[in-house]
Amino acid sequence: MSAGVELDHVTVRFGEFTAVDDATLDIKGGEFFSFLGPSGCGKTTILRTVSGFLDPSEGTVRIGGKDMTGIGPNRRPTALIFQNLALFPLMTVTENITYGLRVQGIDKATRARKADELLNLIALPGQGNKQMSELSGGQKQRVAIARALAVQPQVLLLDEPLSALDLKLRQHMRNELRTIQRMVGITFIYITHDQGEALTMSDRIAVMNDGVIQQIGDGKAIYDEPATAFVASFVGENNPFAGMVAQANGSFALIETKFGRLRGRNPRGLKQGDKAILFVRPESAKLAPGSADTTFSSEVKSVAFEGNMTHVFLQGAGKKDITVTVGRHNGASIPERGSVATVSYDAELGLALPEGKMARE
Amino acid sequence: MSSRLVVLFVPFVVIAAFWLMARYEARQRHDPTHKGYFERNGMLLGIMFIFLVSLWTLFLVALPYLYMVVESFHPTLRPLERGGPNDVLTLAQYESFFVAHTGEGMNKVHIGAFIFSILASIAVTALNFAICYPLAFYMAQSGTPQKVRLLMLALIVPYWVNEILRAFSLRLLLATKGLINNVMVAAGFIDTPIDFLGNNVGLYVGLSYAYLLVMIFPLYNAIESLDKNQIEAARDLGAPWWRIHKDVVIPYAKPGIASGCTMVFMLSAGSLAAPQFLGGPRTLWFTSVIYNFFFQNFNWARGSAYAFILLAACIALVMLMLRLFKISLGETIK
Repeated sequence: MSAGVELDHVTVRFGEFTAVDDATLDIKGGEFFSFLGPSGCGKTTILRTVSGFLDPSEGTVRIGGKDMTGIGPNRRPTALIFQNLALFPLMTVTENITYGLRVQGIDKATRARKADELLNLIALPGQGNKQMSELSGGQKQRVAIARALAVQPQVLLLDEPLSALDLKLRQHMRNELRTIQRMVGITFIYITHDQGEALTMSDRIAVMNDGVIQQIGDGKAIYDEPATAFVASFVGENNPFAGMVAQANGSFALIETKFGRLRGRNPRGLKQGDKAILFVRPESAKLAPGSADTTFSSEVKSVAFEGNMTHVFLQGAGKKDITVTVGRHNGASIPERGSVATVSYDAELGLALPEGKMARE
Repeated sequence: MSSRLVVLFVPFVVIAAFWLMARYEARQRHDPTHKGYFERNGMLLGIMFIFLVSLWTLFLVALPYLYMVVESFHPTLRPLERGGPNDVLTLAQYESFFVAHTGEGMNKVHIGAFIFSILASIAVTALNFAICYPLAFYMAQSGTPQKVRLLMLALIVPYWVNEILRAFSLRLLLATKGLINNVMVAAGFIDTPIDFLGNNVGLYVGLSYAYLLVMIFPLYNAIESLDKNQIEAARDLGAPWWRIHKDVVIPYAKPGIASGCTMVFMLSAGSLAAPQFLGGPRTLWFTSVIYNFFFQNFNWARGSAYAFILLAACIALVMLMLRLFKISLGETIK
């Protein structure tokens, strides 16, 4: 059984500090939903509010349509996987997994059966009698998942559970988590600052910054149609060109930047004179001249060969370099360091957004 | 030679043993980079360390006890008879604890005092744990830093007052015509004053208060290092608060609990001032019995025998408890 989670104008304050500011969203039952944002953006606060460890200062949390106000974490149909896993070190694997059932007063035989079932699910069959200290990082991870699933929650909340693992294991666990989610079919709410995790696993993502939800959408929408300058700069690599709208016609805008007038799509309806940032992704730019309002030139500062692709770094307007990523087999010649390169892009792939706070580098 | 004098030679034997160990270590090095004890420290410092450590462990720790053990196996003698033909090794002092003075039946008075002291110390330990566990949990897990500092201060400052003053001021509070009785009578809760001191209430209160800190700090230390997420995880899995304590906090804090309980038990069983000042008129604490043998009867032999009976019983009880709760002795001193 899975339940949806609704946040209805949820605001969480700690004294003067607003950790979550008027968050409204609707997570559907069975969805893999991620909150993505830099540390301190309020995503963990949202998770703790859903799990019941925090009460919203304003607004309501509903799980499966039921108002959760005044219901403690031990009586919510949620289970939380902590960042440090918080497994009980003095219990065996089985005791850890079945702790929630033991608390419910379920008899030993049923508990043992459930433990076997879950140990199979997390691919650790027959290892129930091991002590926690005997397990590797990935195995502990899986035990934490099993412990949370054992109480048959309708919503599983995951607080950056993969951040302690090394890269290889992390990538492996991404697939595993997704597989487990499909098998059990319950709602997963996943907190991460790693966009790779969010993009690969999630059905939908909410990008957060400074307590405010910037955008909610699936991975493709977040990447291709970022709603704010923050999302554009936080998710994936992007080259910002700050300036002012010189001309806005139809769905396109012409931005006056330090590299001349550059054209891009204008989904947010910027008007002439508005401050704007034009974003062009490194893989959308090519090292060849195009039409006048999508072409600019700059000095090549460095070149980084990465095998399947090459990054060319050009002098930008500020401290940040402009990056152009050239694929291995698209025939472009790589310019020398110190030469001036001409870069163009498809106007469809330039995106003009209102000026706003950008992600820290 | 008297067995008492033999004891005095033990330190020199042990110093020699330390010395030989150091020499042996120097000779046993297989690793050419390994330096022996004297090579590492130099001859002068090496001798000095051996001497100082031996002095400390022997003269200050082992020898006094050893002397008392020997004393306890001697008969009660006048000073002139010491070392004479009557000064033989005997179990008479230990026997006198069990067998009545008349030679028939049990020594009911002393055995009674012994059992009462042990049971009362267990009660004090339990009472102290019941008071200190919630306090320690609050300080370690849920209190804000400022409040914890304030509480800590409130706990420690009263201990600047010396034990006798503290015991007598408790007496003032608890006496039949003391503050508490006066207030309760005046308020009409009771008609006749309650004899707190005669009923040993004063004894339990005094002893518990005397060793409060000895219980609270090991508990606090143990609970403080518990990851808050573990408590939250248990709560998230549906555990009510008492189960969280039973399944997560107490198992984790077990070494600290054992350490605090052991110390409180040992200290109350061996305490002298609080039972003397706060115990009821019919209450005989075992350490008072020992004290009387030493200072009233000048019967050191019997006093030391009684003291070792108490020590052995306390150690046995503590070991039994540690075994029962599956705690190793090493864990309790972490």
